[in-house]
Amino acid sequence: MDIVVLIKQVPDSTEVKLDPKTGHLLREGIGSIMNPDDRHALEAAVRLKEAQGGKVVALSMGPAQAVDIVSEAIGMGADEGILLSDSAFAGADTWATSSTLGKAIEKIAKYDLVLCGRQAIDGDTAQIGPQVAEYLGLPQVTYACDIEAARDDGTIMVKKRGEGGYEMVQCPLPAVLTVIAEMNRTRYPAIGRLIDACAERAPVQIWNAADIGAKTGEVGLAGSLTHVIRTFAPKGGRRTEMLEGDTGTVVRTLLEKLQEKHLVLPGAQAGAVGQEGKKS
Amino acid sequence: MTVWVEADLCNGCKRCLRGCPYGALEFSGEKASVLDRCTSCGACIELCRQGALKSDILPRTVPDFSDWKGIWVFAERRDGQLSHGTLELLGKARQLAEVLDQEVCALLVGHGVSHLAQTLIRYGARTVYLAEHEELAHYRTLPYTDVLEGMIEKYRPGVFLMSASHLGRDLAPRVSRRVGAGLTADCTELEVDPDEKILLQTRPAFGGNVMATIVSRYSRPQMATVRPGVMEAVERPENAGRVVTVPVWVSERSCAAKLLETVREKKDAVKLCEAKVIVAGGRGLGDAGGFRLLEELAEIVDGAVAGTRVAVEEGWIPADRQVGQTGQSVRPELYIACGISGAIQHRAGMLNSRYVLAINKDPRAPIFQVADWGIRGDLREVIPELVRQLKRGL
Ligand SMILES: Cc1cc2nc3c(=O)[nH]c(=O)nc-3n(C[C@H](O)[C@H](O)[C@H](O)COP(=O)(O)OP(=O)(O)OC[C@H]3O[C@@H](n4cnc5c(N)ncnc54)[C@H](O)[C@@H]3O)c2cc1C
Ligand SMILES: Nc1ncnc2c1ncn2[C@@H]1O[C@H](COP(=O)(O)O)[C@@H](O)[C@H]1O
Repeated sequence: MDIVVLIKQVPDSTEVKLDPKTGHLLREGIGSIMNPDDRHALEAAVRLKEAQGGKVVALSMGPAQAVDIVSEAIGMGADEGILLSDSAFAGADTWATSSTLGKAIEKIAKYDLVLCGRQAIDGDTAQIGPQVAEYLGLPQVTYACDIEAARDDGTIMVKKRGEGGYEMVQCPLPAVLTVIAEMNRTRYPAIGRLIDACAERAPVQIWNAADIGAKTGEVGLAGSLTHVIRTFAPKGGRRTEMLEGDTGTVVRTLLEKLQEKHLVLPGAQAGAVGQEGKKS
Repeated sequence: MTVWVEADLCNGCKRCLRGCPYGALEFSGEKASVLDRCTSCGACIELCRQGALKSDILPRTVPDFSDWKGIWVFAERRDGQLSHGTLELLGKARQLAEVLDQEVCALLVGHGVSHLAQTLIRYGARTVYLAEHEELAHYRTLPYTDVLEGMIEKYRPGVFLMSASHLGRDLAPRVSRRVGAGLTADCTELEVDPDEKILLQTRPAFGGNVMATIVSRYSRPQMATVRPGVMEAVERPENAGRVVTVPVWVSERSCAAKLLETVREKKDAVKLCEAKVIVAGGRGLGDAGGFRLLEELAEIVDGAVAGTRVAVEEGWIPADRQVGQTGQSVRPELYIACGISGAIQHRAGMLNSRYVLAINKDPRAPIFQVADWGIRGDLREVIPELVRQLKRGL
């Protein structure tokens, strides 16, 4: 089974900070990592290959330094890596990104399955999987948490996580699956493979817009349908009143405050709170 | 495509800094300079009063969309009922419709679901389009995509909203790609731009560290998924509406993926999205036993117990009780945060609570910044005392 895995380089989100004055992301010194869900997608692909044979291609769109995660993917067991990198791809929304990835997958041509992460931690959109599936005209299963080896009848069984349980879906191949962390435990890249992945003859290709036959106006910012017009720091701030005193007093004050706001807690009957107050 | 600064024209006012969504402008000295990470989006150009920002980007013409009208809501069902998120969407759709002077429509897809149309009307829909077919009884991506595609092409809605639930996040991107429309995921605010009359779609990005406002200028409908628990559902008993049954055709090819079985894993507790009082706990609870304190309090105030990701990871509460960016958004009347530091990812899920009470040992815990009342103390003392006084009140 030949599998294409979509991987994205993202900032290590736990470290992201905002400039308190401008409200902008401070990106300096922030590490970049392979998007966590994509790691699980890659692991799933490598396991399928190990069980059934075939080839795994890791595909990413991003700036030149994103080649790091492509090498890492090879370290984790991918056979080949492709990085789509071109200034024309910059500023893409999910529409333009799915066109770009879709064109590259068409060029790869030989595949039975496309795996991607459910969502990337920078944009959190979870849109790329279904949009690539639609671009390619393939069925999709999102929130995949388990995959059974492909069957002889050309279908695959996928366990799909739902909000209050799960579904078992039998899906014809080729198909696009989006993978969640529950799928597996990921492995560390093998050092030997990593070294090979960074060597000169490494099986990593860089494709630009012309390589995938993308026209200006189809990709990047110019090919996007949505645009960010403003970013700002999330509003926090309520006027906080700190309640002071010993525990008994604090709780009493609190219950009075709640009553002032007409927040009737079923346990706190009107008057009862007042009584409590009088006793003190 | 590049953006550059005409240094002679730049007066150093820094207006442009505020407009750059990518932080790609810098003032090292008096003048702006453009950093490598600039994506040529052009947001800064409109802001510069000096005309000092230049680019070779060709202006893109905005097509005429005047015949795309109406605010549409996709009616999602869960266990035979409309999801609460759907009712919240209708509440928001009505506000948008008033500003735009357009109609709110709901699209109800399924089999044997016509009885739900009245609920949609009661929550604000003027027209309910009813698409029924055996093959649509259970949600599946492709047959539903076919239906939505047909409806969007026929009726040309200006805005199309869906819940950012599992289902919505499976279906919305598929439909958006099919009909060639831009889509904004997981919005927490929707407004109409007073001048351009387009939808301003605001959503968190980078793990809730940044809010971004996004517009869809070049395609219709303006599609968005909206985070459940953020908008307000409003019952409007006076609202009158009509139901329009639409013909449905489902292709065999779209039914190729088969749903073999559906397994429910959990019984329903008080739904977090509907609870009036939520008692939430974090690492400060110490162990699963700590949560028994919260349960006791929740029982007295008829509330629901929830928690942070740490509490979920420790196995103190089930995953479906997690509040926050990767959990649920909630909007109770009162949110009681106990032993919770108030990390941004957690705050993202509880900011819409009407009142917030925080109990924490550490006076510098960020949770106090988003609380109406703060109690600095050990929750092991405060909560039992609260329970005691409440019980005495009974
Ligand atoms: C991509 C991403 C997504 C995330 N999504 C979510 C999410 O959806 N929801 C979520 O909650 N988190 C999420 N997190 C995790 C989040 O960043 C925090 O790690 C988490 O919310 C912290 O949980 P906490 O407040 O329980 O623990 P801590 O941060 O450890 O805080 C514990 C608090 O308890 C107080 N305390 C200790 N003992 C007592 C006591 N006896 N009495 C009173 N106070 C006491 C301490 O002073 C401290 O402030 C996410 C993180 C990432 C990176
Ligand atoms: N630029 C990209 N290159 C490769 N894969 C991507 C890219 N953007 C998104 N993806 C894939 O699509 C998934 C969902 O991303 P998103 O829709 O951005 O949340 C990710 O987990 C990746 O697998």
